[in-house]
Amino acid sequence: MAKTSDPKDVSDANAVKLALAWSFVGIPLAWGVYKTLVNAVLLFQ
Amino acid sequence: MASLAQANSGGILSWLDREHTVAKPGFSRWLVPPAALCVHLCIGQVYAYSVFNLPMTKLIGITESAPGDWKLTELGWIFSIAIVFLGLSAAFTGTWLDRVGPRKAMFTAALCFGGGFLVAAVGVYLHQLWLIYLGYGVLGGCGLGIGYISPVKTLITWFPDRPGMATGMAIMGFGGGALIASPLSVWLMQLFRTPTHVGVAETFIVLGLIYMFFMMMGGVIVRVPAPGWAPAGYVAPAKPKKLITDKEVHVDQALKTVQFYLLWAVLCLNVTAGIGVLGQASAMSQEMFPGRITAIAASGFVGLLSIFNMVGRFFWASTSDYIGRRNTYMVFFLLGMALYAAVPWTGRTGSIVLFVAFYCIIMSMYGGGFATIPAYLKDIFGTRYVGAIHGRLLTAWSAAGVFGPVLVNYIREYQIDHGVAKADAYSVTMYIMAGLLFVGFLCNYFMHPVHEKHHLPEEAKA
Repeated sequence: MAKTSDPKDVSDANAVKLALAWSFVGIPLAWGVYKTLVNAVLLFQ
Repeated sequence: MASLAQANSGGILSWLDREHTVAKPGFSRWLVPPAALCVHLCIGQVYAYSVFNLPMTKLIGITESAPGDWKLTELGWIFSIAIVFLGLSAAFTGTWLDRVGPRKAMFTAALCFGGGFLVAAVGVYLHQLWLIYLGYGVLGGCGLGIGYISPVKTLITWFPDRPGMATGMAIMGFGGGALIASPLSVWLMQLFRTPTHVGVAETFIVLGLIYMFFMMMGGVIVRVPAPGWAPAGYVAPAKPKKLITDKEVHVDQALKTVQFYLLWAVLCLNVTAGIGVLGQASAMSQEMFPGRITAIAASGFVGLLSIFNMVGRFFWASTSDYIGRRNTYMVFFLLGMALYAAVPWTGRTGSIVLFVAFYCIIMSMYGGGFATIPAYLKDIFGTRYVGAIHGRLLTAWSAAGVFGPVLVNYIREYQIDHGVAKADAYSVTMYIMAGLLFVGFLCNYFMHPVHEKHHLPEEAKA
């Protein structure tokens, strides 16, 4: 019988960890996409 | 390496061992994709390595190349060596990685990739090119290979219900890494630049330390599921689909199957077609639309392709969870053939919008090919050895990395030497790329389940 996680596996502590972890990778990635899009706009000017 | 891995680390290093990364109850599996992204966003820097090429030809002359400065042809080998060692290290460390777990692998990758930058910085400082080949090329390349495959099996195990989406999310980071590295590297070089110094060595040191820290954070966050764990509410299909096995194939046995070589060809041909034009995108856009696409606009075009390369990894790999891996590659090959064949037409009609749109879709499928292959391997060979098998399969990438650019450059030069106008010189290349995709289509079409004689016996699966 497979073990399953708690149905409410995203507890408050997990929510904070998730926000921190995704911000840690999301902010640099969003910055890189923004800088690239600013550069890409020149293609259509 | 095998004996080293078989013995668990002692003392404080035991924290890196697989058994110390088993998730406690309540751990959210959605923490694993950012852990994987920590690694892939860093190693994706390799796609932006070319920003260092021109500054490194002026280390002595500062404003322009002087006698004794390195040539672009010499510097081009740094990237090539790194890609070759990416393939080799992924192929040779896959089995080790499956055994020691993702944390130790991520830390090893961090030390290799970050350390590679530090050795390369010494090479720049001493003006010794061989040190850069050794540092960024060999050591950094090993970091690329180990880092690339380190989270794949872990993600597939955490997301049995959405393996394509999970690996697509991580491998998307590899596409996105260049978007961060390119402006960051340029900014750092400007920061460290002085009238007597181009600032490359300092930039390498800072990048090496940042990447080492970032990748190690991935190792800190990552966890493997407890044995027998399954997502809440997940029920494995009672009757697996034809091309999704519930058996396991050992990595050594996988190499004896025709399916491995069909998938090797599928990846190699899809990547060859994409990588060949990716390196030529800037020049191609300017030569197909002379006077209308400037050099600055062309750099914007390359940036746009990078975004679609990244987004395609997530989009197509996620889509493959619904339409199946083989069907996803069918779309890549059929749509890719049509688009490559239509690119010369956009040049003749002068439609920049269609030219850009077609290339963006092509690049999304190039990225999608990378991101969908781990889940395809899992479908065909099972989950247990997917990391090691994926590592072996990445030699297809190394082959395509050499084959694609050589093919495109050689055909283009041959055309121009025989009097074809620059604007038209890419037409034959596009048709050949479409031909390569047709061969890939056939390889994918003939994919079938692995014969049961290759399956692990039930008692060996325990």
